[in-house]
Amino acid sequence: MFGGFVDANIIAAAAINGLLLGGIYTLVASGLTLIYGVLHIINFAHGSMLMLAMFGVFYLLTLLGIDPYLSIFIMVPAMFLFGYLLYKGLIGRLSSGKDENILLVTLGLSILIENLALMFFKGDSRTILVSYSDTMIQVGPAFVPLPKLISFAVATGLCAALGLFIQRTDTGRAIRAVAKERVGARLVGIDVDRIYAISYGIGLATLGAAASLMMPIFYVSPSVGHVFVLVAFTVVVLGGMGSFLGAVIGGLIIGLTESFGGLFLGESMGQIGISLIFILILLFRPSGLFGAKT
Amino acid sequence: MMLQVANLSKVFGGLRAVDDASLQVEQGRIVALIGPNGAGKTTLFACIAGFHAASGGRVQFLGQDITGWPVHKISRAGMVRTFQITQPFAKLTVHENIAVGAYQKFHDRHEAWEHARAVARQVGMEGLLAQSASDLTVAGRKRLELARALATGPKLLLLDEVMAGLNPTEIREIIGIIRAIRDSGVTVLLIEHVMHAVMSLSEHIYVLSYGKIIAQGTPQEVVNNPAVIEAYLGRGSADHAADKPTQVAHA
Amino acid sequence: MTSVSELQPIPWKLHLSVLAVAIAFPFVFPSSFMVNFGVLALFYAFIGQSWNISGGFAGQLSFGHVAFFGVGAYASTIMQMRYGISPWLGLPIAGLAGAFVGGVIAVLSFRAGLKGSYFALITLAFAEVLRIVSNSIGITGGGLGLLIPMNIGAQNLQFAERSGFYFLILALAAGSVAVAEWMRRSRFGAQLAAIRENEDSAKALGINVFAEKVKVMLISGAIGGIGGCFFAQYFLYIDPLIAFGTDKSVEMLLVAMIGGAGTVYGPLVGSVLLALVSDVTRTLTQIQGLSLVLYGALLVVIIAFLPNGLIDLFTRKRGGKPERKK
Repeated sequence: MFGGFVDANIIAAAAINGLLLGGIYTLVASGLTLIYGVLHIINFAHGSMLMLAMFGVFYLLTLLGIDPYLSIFIMVPAMFLFGYLLYKGLIGRLSSGKDENILLVTLGLSILIENLALMFFKGDSRTILVSYSDTMIQVGPAFVPLPKLISFAVATGLCAALGLFIQRTDTGRAIRAVAKERVGARLVGIDVDRIYAISYGIGLATLGAAASLMMPIFYVSPSVGHVFVLVAFTVVVLGGMGSFLGAVIGGLIIGLTESFGGLFLGESMGQIGISLIFILILLFRPSGLFGAKT
Repeated sequence: MMLQVANLSKVFGGLRAVDDASLQVEQGRIVALIGPNGAGKTTLFACIAGFHAASGGRVQFLGQDITGWPVHKISRAGMVRTFQITQPFAKLTVHENIAVGAYQKFHDRHEAWEHARAVARQVGMEGLLAQSASDLTVAGRKRLELARALATGPKLLLLDEVMAGLNPTEIREIIGIIRAIRDSGVTVLLIEHVMHAVMSLSEHIYVLSYGKIIAQGTPQEVVNNPAVIEAYLGRGSADHAADKPTQVAHA
Repeated sequence: MTSVSELQPIPWKLHLSVLAVAIAFPFVFPSSFMVNFGVLALFYAFIGQSWNISGGFAGQLSFGHVAFFGVGAYASTIMQMRYGISPWLGLPIAGLAGAFVGGVIAVLSFRAGLKGSYFALITLAFAEVLRIVSNSIGITGGGLGLLIPMNIGAQNLQFAERSGFYFLILALAAGSVAVAEWMRRSRFGAQLAAIRENEDSAKALGINVFAEKVKVMLISGAIGGIGGCFFAQYFLYIDPLIAFGTDKSVEMLLVAMIGGAGTVYGPLVGSVLLALVSDVTRTLTQIQGLSLVLYGALLVVIIAFLPNGLIDLFTRKRGGKPERKK
């Protein structure tokens, strides 16, 4: 663990790695926070859906030879469609009930998805290798695998694109209107149900993108959804439910937490940082950094 | 003096929902709190009963300063409120709903259940005991709110628009029930919009407008008070109303 | 239309019939396979009741109930292996450990005003913290877990005959049913139902919502903890994933919700069904995970159409849809 003084370079390297990972967490969390902000539902299936998308990327590479980064162009629309249809077919029918019912339904979905994956893909972890997997690029004092950099850059770009979409386009404006004031939005002629379906679709589409970006630098197995769920929820809760800026800042903070946690506490204990942050935020500042005060 | 509210204020962000309100309720009386919609009546109730922390002022109940007490403690001390938008225990039966109230007074199941039955009889719900609370009509739910609160054996009942949504027959019945409740020794402070009920039931009235108490007195005094008429009907209407002294404004 | 009264006691005859069937079971089906089936069915009914008491009766949904189970399992196992304390004593020790964790989580979470989905999520995080800690420290055996030395003998809570375990878990499960039934008939249970249905109204009627919620978590935690001790003795092995992994949390929730949250026999119905589905799918198809796929789907379907669980099929109101929680 500590054993003497800690090298500034090692800290810097950990910081850089943390930020790079954080960028992707932001992407994952932005979908979750969008779904909450607009539909006011907690999408517990977020993690398992990311897992599903990652398997998609995996098989697109191993069966069809499609580069994971290029598979974004397939995964994003596919996941959007999946989300849109899932909302129309199931989630939309239940959104009028108690909060907890939706949580339980999405829990049920995550159980379903995870065990379907277990059935079809078996329990082993899978990683992928591409020609540039081992290329290292120097960033300051750290040597970073090229895929990590690419993933970070693309994630950042996509977050920015999503942000612009929400701010500038008509649909984005409609989404913001529905998020803020559903009844009013309906009164000015916005098809609220369609916006709900679109928002849920976008939420899952971000997972499609995140999957393409995660596969080259991580692993996938049917149970990996659990890890993602907690990370995604922590980012969203830290940043503030429904806040896009919060997802960005929160993602970076959590990335750093994971990185430094591993550095100072070791591989096993290091994971505790995220859960502790989650607990502390909920206990002491449930609205998070930028969320609406309840 | 059963209840003394002194200079109570409640501020939400920039809005003064209740502004320096003071009122008193003597033991054994029926006192009404009236005022136009949005005047802050329910907020005032909520502050008195402990659901909101008051931004200023004090509440004294039976000589004790209860300002800042948690809701359940105030309830156990003998002040119980009902809700304007009824909040029944939906999955429980009427009998079970009332029994929850009765359990405050009686710890034994048999006694609580019997007391609940007696209270149901008192408010005319005995036939509905086995019914699920979620199946009740609006009138039924209002009565259930009343019965539940009554079953706790309160000293002071805060009734929030218990007549809203009732038809004239039901209103007549409730008036009788409230009077009987008072006669059995319970003090009543009620928020109400149904004016003729307020006039016939209450011995003293407070009028709230924009969070302030603008008038108080006997029903007759209040009804002829120009400030009250203006609060309900708008500026200048007091002069009109002066031409017709026997008209009573229905909210 | 009348509904089945929720707080009405269940007739003794029903309790005795169920108990009689359960007692007769290992005599009618004495094969090792069937007795194991019975043990697991009763085990999940038992820990499912732990979830049911706080989640079903009091309405406090939890996604991290495994925390109580794991703490109980480790507590009794560590006491046994390090200090030579009898696993029979381990049962109440596990109960106390589970209750303690339940109390801590309850006090922290309810003080902060957490409810509904937020409470469910924070329990998940607490369980995860426990998993990470138990994976990282020595006393729990770290990632390798703890292997209880085989030492057959009733005094070591390691029965030579599987039926020994069966009757133990039957006694425990019957005890949990008794606790649930007592709650239904008591002032405490009525207050919990009120809290579940509408906290503000409950407060207005004099119920100390915070205190009652903490009490119910203490009881729920105790039952979960005892379940952990039993499990450790039955399988003679625990590790961080078994003790604190999300699987048990999911199973506890599923059996209670599918069987009927808030009913006394819901967890038993759910657990027997899950055990049946598990065994059938495993024997017929050899596919890993199929039973949980079905259960996940069942949960979705039930929330959508049978919000009160399968018990609704037994107690459906005459001529109507079951009540929906609104």
